[in-house]
Amino acid sequence: MNESREKIARQPMDLHMAQVPRGEVHVIAERCKECGLCINYCPTDVLVYTEDINARGYRYPTVAEGKETSCVHCRFCDLICPELAIFTLEVSDHG
Amino acid sequence: MSAIDITLKTAANEHPIDHLLRADRLPHILCPGCGIGTVIHGYAHAIAASGIPEDNHVCVSGIGCSGRAAGYVNVDSYHSTHGRALPFALGIAVHRPELKVTVISGDGDLSAIGGNHLIHAARRNVDLTVICINNFNYGMTGGQVGPTTPIGARGTTAPEGAVEAPFNLPYLAKATGAVFVARWTILHVREFQDAVLRAMQKKGFCFIEVLAPCPTSFGKSNKIGDGLHEVEIYRERCRIENGAANIEDFDIDLVDETKPIVVGNFVDIERKIFQAHKR
Repeated sequence: MNESREKIARQPMDLHMAQVPRGEVHVIAERCKECGLCINYCPTDVLVYTEDINARGYRYPTVAEGKETSCVHCRFCDLICPELAIFTLEVSDHG
Repeated sequence: MSAIDITLKTAANEHPIDHLLRADRLPHILCPGCGIGTVIHGYAHAIAASGIPEDNHVCVSGIGCSGRAAGYVNVDSYHSTHGRALPFALGIAVHRPELKVTVISGDGDLSAIGGNHLIHAARRNVDLTVICINNFNYGMTGGQVGPTTPIGARGTTAPEGAVEAPFNLPYLAKATGAVFVARWTILHVREFQDAVLRAMQKKGFCFIEVLAPCPTSFGKSNKIGDGLHEVEIYRERCRIENGAANIEDFDIDLVDETKPIVVGNFVDIERKIFQAHKR
């Protein structure tokens, strides 16, 4: 279902001037129940399931390889998580 | 409406909103993919954004999976008997008008056994915020058909599909006199939180219906594999119509895939509220 989704509907004219915020993903692994909402609805596809499992046997989300600086701190994963198991914090350096 | 933002604090195994929840009880009892956790989360964010002190918030819940909400929020809360969340909340709201009373309950609790209380609380226009989590069935007891199950949707008591016309809850709330009526899904997290915030700041009976997936009961009977699948159905079929006047047409039909699920803030009016007379 991810493939068919258009990520950007139109290109803003001032895109080259825009300052994109950067976020840092924090996961509270023991709360996760592997519902997949954060992974599926992340607009920049930062998250993937871990190989690891938590104490209850669920695979929790983690940052994908090569996507360490891709989080834009939109906080959608934080807000939609039914378990309060994930949140992002803004980091100030714009690299 | 402004986007909700809260001050974040850093800690390794602590969520920034944990101070408004009884974090020692997390992870909660609800199934993987259930939408009730998102609603509790959104309610906590709305408390943080409301500017009303935490001590002045009261959460009342009824019976059912969503009744667990009162046990997970770190404000004064009460888990009432089946269907009686509204009369209990009405008592608090009328006697202590300085408190901000929010009822978080399910479609079965509010519109079936508590249906009479719902229409009369709306008629009286008591100063309450009602968050009705609609998962289209009685989830906790095993997926029986309830008053919100769409025609054709299956349940354990309707293996061939429900045949009764369901309630259109926003229309019911509007018709009986609610001053603020909205319908969102758990996918519309920011819109939902803004709606709860608006309801908290408004005087009168505010009704917010939230569509939430129930993969264990409703999903199992209706070939909806998990919570993610049901949220994906909302994403594909939801249409936002804020301020729409014809909410009587906004029945939810999960079987006919061509019919949109209309969401939005439908009603925002002013009306005299019900309060105790000073002697």
